[in-house]
Amino acid sequence: MILEVKDLSIEFRTRHGTLVAVDGISFSIAPGEVLGVVGESGAGKSLTGTAIIGLLEPPGCIASGEIRLEGERIDNLPYEAMRRIRGRRIGAIFQDPLTSLNPLYTVGEQLVETIRTHLDIGATEAKLRAVALLREVGIPAPEARIDHYPHQFSGGMRQRVVIALALCAEPRLIIADEPTTALDVSIQAQIIQLLKRLARDHGTAVMLITHDMGVIAETADRVAVMYAGRIAEIGPVREVLRAARHPYTAGLMGSIPKIRIASDRRRAPLVQINGAMPRLNAIPAGCAFNPRCDRSFDRCRVERPELRPVGANLTSCWLYE
Amino acid sequence: MSSAELLRLENVGRDFDVSRPWLNRVIEGVPRQLLHAVDDVSFAVRKGETLALVGESGCGKSTIARLIVGLYAPSRGRIEFDGVEISDPSASAATTGVRRRMQMIFQDPFASLNPRWRVHDIVAEPIIVLNIIENKNQVRDRVAELLTQVGLAPEDGRKYPHEFSGGQRQRISIARALSGRPEFLVCDEPTSALDVSVQAQILNLMSELQSRLGLTYLFISHNLAVVSHVADRIGVMYLGRLVEIADADELFARPRHPYTRMLLDAVPDLEMSGRQRTPVAGEVPNPLSPPSGCTFHPRCPHANERCRTERPELIWHGAKASACHAVQENRI
Repeated sequence: MILEVKDLSIEFRTRHGTLVAVDGISFSIAPGEVLGVVGESGAGKSLTGTAIIGLLEPPGCIASGEIRLEGERIDNLPYEAMRRIRGRRIGAIFQDPLTSLNPLYTVGEQLVETIRTHLDIGATEAKLRAVALLREVGIPAPEARIDHYPHQFSGGMRQRVVIALALCAEPRLIIADEPTTALDVSIQAQIIQLLKRLARDHGTAVMLITHDMGVIAETADRVAVMYAGRIAEIGPVREVLRAARHPYTAGLMGSIPKIRIASDRRRAPLVQINGAMPRLNAIPAGCAFNPRCDRSFDRCRVERPELRPVGANLTSCWLYE
Repeated sequence: MSSAELLRLENVGRDFDVSRPWLNRVIEGVPRQLLHAVDDVSFAVRKGETLALVGESGCGKSTIARLIVGLYAPSRGRIEFDGVEISDPSASAATTGVRRRMQMIFQDPFASLNPRWRVHDIVAEPIIVLNIIENKNQVRDRVAELLTQVGLAPEDGRKYPHEFSGGQRQRISIARALSGRPEFLVCDEPTSALDVSVQAQILNLMSELQSRLGLTYLFISHNLAVVSHVADRIGVMYLGRLVEIADADELFARPRHPYTRMLLDAVPDLEMSGRQRTPVAGEVPNPLSPPSGCTFHPRCPHANERCRTERPELIWHGAKASACHAVQENRI
């Protein structure tokens, strides 16, 4: 396993009390595997990614649990040691490619700087490597493009540059947080294909955080569905998407509009989950999903379900007790 | 569906002046530069239907929404609502009566509601401005009715927008849009800022309101799957031009324009049927220097010499139209 997360809890200690944003989650990612993490805004998926790369900002902190990268604990490392891991062994790709690049430096300067920070090679060699990376992520005429500034690239091309930056030290793990959300559909497909190919070719583990089930369906090997800071269901992508066990996953899948060609399609409304995700200061007792769940019963309201094997998935739901 | 046209756009265009400042133009000798955000677009929306406009960012779909509700004036062409021309800013007196029959719902419910106003005042504003009801008690009753209609409680009127989630805020925007008793709603990406489960709630609510109140929608979205749930007819836009328009079922079953096919191909396969997707090549070109001829030709697998030089016009075949030489010549 490249990444192992065990019982991770993230808390925000504020004047008004402690808010538990991520509550005891565990998962792992194997080499070459893409783990999709889905959930609606506020589910804690981005925070989990931030905690893994060690960029949680106060008052957020890891309250309990451990994070292991290739067997070595990284959640309690001092800042300087973590800084050396970040970029070298863990790469990160964020949602907005414009804010992840420095507008005052050319793409080449940024790539060479990153390469030389992490690898012990000379400037000329680093530049050659940068060109090769740009070619690998599919940028046409990389020898010329390397001297261009970020604003001279289109959105999709910029995201490719960001991917090249994340890859430049050949990290073992890539955290990709909503890498395609800011892009148009036609570009999205290209970036997804690229991520998938790179993970396979380099044996890199990828944690793909997104709210878009379509992206997950196309890219991920396994998927974890998060709700209110907990994992509702985790399993192989086919199983979760086509045979969801947890009522939340089932509702989420049903609420995604799909292209339907039927003259009576407008008479059949979309499946909807009533209500909204609870706020952090008002997470219900028992199963956090129980107030929105139409299959909940007494036990759901008092006792919190743990992840248990159901079919090929792990599901936290009392229905399968 | 009645076939009476409620809204009609004829050869509508809108340019934006993106020139450098005058001094730079004089010193550097560069000419004025115009961005053709919308170019020669014609279509009609029939009473009671939902017409959806889809396209990628920068294709001009939001500009069309703003042209229709009068937030921009068209540079060319005319816009008619129920037979009255509304595109002439000098005739504003004649168009006020018509304008109040349309309303708009915006994309971002965090930006489109005044954070300093209570929900009651936000929803009541159109009622008061348009002088629909004068009695204060009746206004309060009407606001309560509107809030109930969109699935909120009448007591929610006392709260401020920040007390609501994104989906609830979009419900407030819908209540505000409905408060002037419009017939026609322009919805500019109404669900793209929302989570999927909430998006389903809002789409269902909009369909229900449409059948209950007999509304006509112009629905703008970049998401073909969303559009397939709400639209009766769909127009596809590319770089400021309408490239295809057809009934929704027809468009999904038999897309004609290569760009429509490409967009359909880019929709992720959620059923995981193993359908092979043809990877889409290229990106939307810079609208400041659009390609010659058909603007889609650099990305089109069917482009030939004619596509590179001659701009295809939108040609109607019965109820559907497309702007493509390859389709006209039966090459695809």
